[in-house]
Amino acid sequence: MEAEAILTTRNLTMRFGGLTAVSAFNAAIPRGSIVGLIGPNGAGKTTCFNMITGFYQPSEGQVHFKGRDITGTPPHKVCHSGIARTFQNIRLFGNGTVLENVMVGCHVRQATGWWQAVLGLPSSRKEARALMEKSRELLAVVDLGDLADEKAGALPYGAQRRLEIARALATEPAFLLLDEPAAGMNPNETQELMGFVRDIRRRFDLTILLIEHDMKVVMGICEHIWVLDYGVTIAEGCPEAIRANPKVIEAYLGEEAVGHA
Amino acid sequence: MSLAMFLQHGLNGLTLGSLYALIAIGYTMVYGILRLINFAHSEIFMLGAYFVLWGTTLFFLPWYVAMVVAVVVTAGVGILVDRVAYRPLRDAPRISALISAIGVSFFLQNLTIVAFGAIPREVYRPLWLETPMLMGEVRVLPLTIFVPTLSFLLMLGLVWVVYRTKAGLGMRAISKDIETSYIMGVSVNRIISLTFGIGSALAAASGIMWALRYPQLQPVMGSIPGFKAFIAAVFGGIGSIPGAVVGGVILGFTEIMAVAFFPDLAGYRDAFAFVLLIAILLIKPTGLMGAKLEDKV
Amino acid sequence: MQAQRTILNLLAAAVLGLFLWWAEGHLDGYKIQILNLIAVNIILALSLNLIYGFTGMFSLGHAGFMAIGAYVCSVLILDPAQKEMLFILEPAYTWVQQAQAPFFVAVMAGGLAAAFFGVLVGAPLLRLGDDYLGMATLGFAEIVRVLAINLPRVTNGALGFKGIPGHANLWWNYAWCVFTLFFVVRLVASNSGNVFKAIRDDESAAKAMGIDVFRHKLLSFSLGAFFAGVGGALLGSLVATIDPKMFNFVLTFNVLMIVVTGGLGSITGSVVAGVVITILLEWLRVVENPLFIGDWELPGIPGMRMVVFSLALICIILFRREGFMGKREFNWGWLLRSLGNKAGRHGS
Repeated sequence: MEAEAILTTRNLTMRFGGLTAVSAFNAAIPRGSIVGLIGPNGAGKTTCFNMITGFYQPSEGQVHFKGRDITGTPPHKVCHSGIARTFQNIRLFGNGTVLENVMVGCHVRQATGWWQAVLGLPSSRKEARALMEKSRELLAVVDLGDLADEKAGALPYGAQRRLEIARALATEPAFLLLDEPAAGMNPNETQELMGFVRDIRRRFDLTILLIEHDMKVVMGICEHIWVLDYGVTIAEGCPEAIRANPKVIEAYLGEEAVGHA
Repeated sequence: MSLAMFLQHGLNGLTLGSLYALIAIGYTMVYGILRLINFAHSEIFMLGAYFVLWGTTLFFLPWYVAMVVAVVVTAGVGILVDRVAYRPLRDAPRISALISAIGVSFFLQNLTIVAFGAIPREVYRPLWLETPMLMGEVRVLPLTIFVPTLSFLLMLGLVWVVYRTKAGLGMRAISKDIETSYIMGVSVNRIISLTFGIGSALAAASGIMWALRYPQLQPVMGSIPGFKAFIAAVFGGIGSIPGAVVGGVILGFTEIMAVAFFPDLAGYRDAFAFVLLIAILLIKPTGLMGAKLEDKV
Repeated sequence: MQAQRTILNLLAAAVLGLFLWWAEGHLDGYKIQILNLIAVNIILALSLNLIYGFTGMFSLGHAGFMAIGAYVCSVLILDPAQKEMLFILEPAYTWVQQAQAPFFVAVMAGGLAAAFFGVLVGAPLLRLGDDYLGMATLGFAEIVRVLAINLPRVTNGALGFKGIPGHANLWWNYAWCVFTLFFVVRLVASNSGNVFKAIRDDESAAKAMGIDVFRHKLLSFSLGAFFAGVGGALLGSLVATIDPKMFNFVLTFNVLMIVVTGGLGSITGSVVAGVVITILLEWLRVVENPLFIGDWELPGIPGMRMVVFSLALICIILFRREGFMGKREFNWGWLLRSLGNKAGRHGS
């Protein structure tokens, strides 16, 4: 790998009681790349996400982000350091409007606090206007500009996924984790999504790690892929190498994903 | 403190403890199945005692008949409360059902005030329960033997129902996973009704025995014992029936002993239980025997 | 629009001021007392709505915070001679005996003391899940009551205080009420308000968005506790007598009732329900007192008032869980538009 790594995991291991969900996951993710994490259901992909983003305390191993050890840092601090994520089962703030969802994402970079807002200080008002503007721009990026005042929970499925991405972008991440962004999308939408992911990488100078079941997406946009099976990394490499790897084919045997690949 | 005194306090503690345990079982069973703190349970306890009063004064029933009738009627009230106030909220956010339960609690309490007045009422007690017996040096109230024994028998009956009958199997299935139980053909609503019935009957039994021990009936008499029994259930591990029993007995025992050894602290008696609650929730929210419930990310 | 709204808000405040001025001169003491209670109940409802409706923390500890506010404020506004007469169980500590402050400072101190306890209690408890949090905060309120009974040198034990100076007149109560309203509206409309609502809707997602959930929960909880303390302080001065028995669960129940009826997460709902329910609560007192029709006496039914209210709460939860306002809010644009429509229709 030629570019310097923005995120590295060393021996990342998660045990739940006697069960090892992920064992010794090692990855070095180059800055500016789009990489994938694949594997059959229950292979431990989301567990990896949860360890990287601080939702789980790894049983063993470390996560380094931009050269700093962030192992065991609570989720909100991980986000503050520049890592954002989406969730496999979309988790929006359902009662808020679309705009409010993105505004919440902006909060982590907000300088003025609650009491300045209550007092109505000019600095606070100015920042509030700036955040509003930034949020609207982000909504335009994900093509939700017209729906800013709708209730987030009432959006159609695809729009909810895009809103989740906009919300993550609002935290100004350098590293973005997408958990099954193409789930539930039709082939057309999937095609658009691929373009969209490349687009936001360029526009926001991101490094992207995604979990995906749709092999077309993974093979189409990922530059490097890790394959997990029962928590063990059974293969890693460029898409072509993964496609040809007999171990990977075996792990997916019987899964429809093989057919797509 | 002499051994005789200690034994006497011990029996008192056991009595109070088994009364708490009987109430706590109702909390723990309902929570185990519905994840609902049945706030109205303390009023069910109170109603049990009031129904005896009603039976003996209004219908001139002999006291033992009145007690059995009261237990049955109270069980009916418990089932009714679930049907009317909780069942429609099964799919609602959890707190909605809790607010409904708080509403029911106030409703029953004040309905009792409307029906019987707020003035404390005296209840009939068979004399032989009150006549101290001398066992060696220990003065024993027959009541302090009668209450734990009867409670123990009731709990044995409960264990039989839960572990040896089909309905009990249903209860255990629902508390593991209510949706799967539905699919597997368990008649969920009937079993839930049964759970409320059993829990309420035990609470009524506790209320009636409470009235024998502390013979002043008041519409608010359920609040403090009810809350303490809830604490006992949490202490024992909510959802676990043995936990509720152990928690109740320990709580009652500790309360009596604490007051006996440190009479100066008697004023803080009620605060003690709440401090215990907060301590358990913070240190070991699953209690002594509870299973862990986890939120998935 | 911003300037227009400010003018309309000021106008509304002026109308309220005029109304209070009129009420002071023309209404009898009983009606004025009800107006006072309305203001206090709105403060209390807004504070619980901030905690539960907007941030999703089910707290049943309101009576505890109110008690703290009421006791602190009362100790500060009772004058030393009065206190010497009051403390008959045991003499007060010297600092209790000598503490003195003007009314505004005393109410503020009551609120701050409650907020302090809010932080103290919230820091460990707010990690708990919703129903356990409710029970634990209810436990806290009961502990406050037990302490009030058992610390006679501070609280005069079970006897409490009598003859608390009635500084809490219409003007003070409504000034605090408007301030609370202003504060909560501004807070909820700010991005911090969005953050509170985000925590209510999905705590994990909020964490992933970089929100320090614990810090914000504690913030919301202690701000709510502050206003609960203020409400309690005003209430103490308003009813002139406080004792530990007064701060029981019924007090919390009434506030919860207002918040749920108005709509969890609706400021407008809390204000409207605060007015309506306070009036109903007072009006229904009639059924508990004996009624005379000529020489004929209809006996009062004690307990009936709470029977009606608890039944109403159950019905609202069963049939209209979102309350009367849902999460909707009043705004001037909406009012002006609907007025404009009417005017338009009249014109055509």
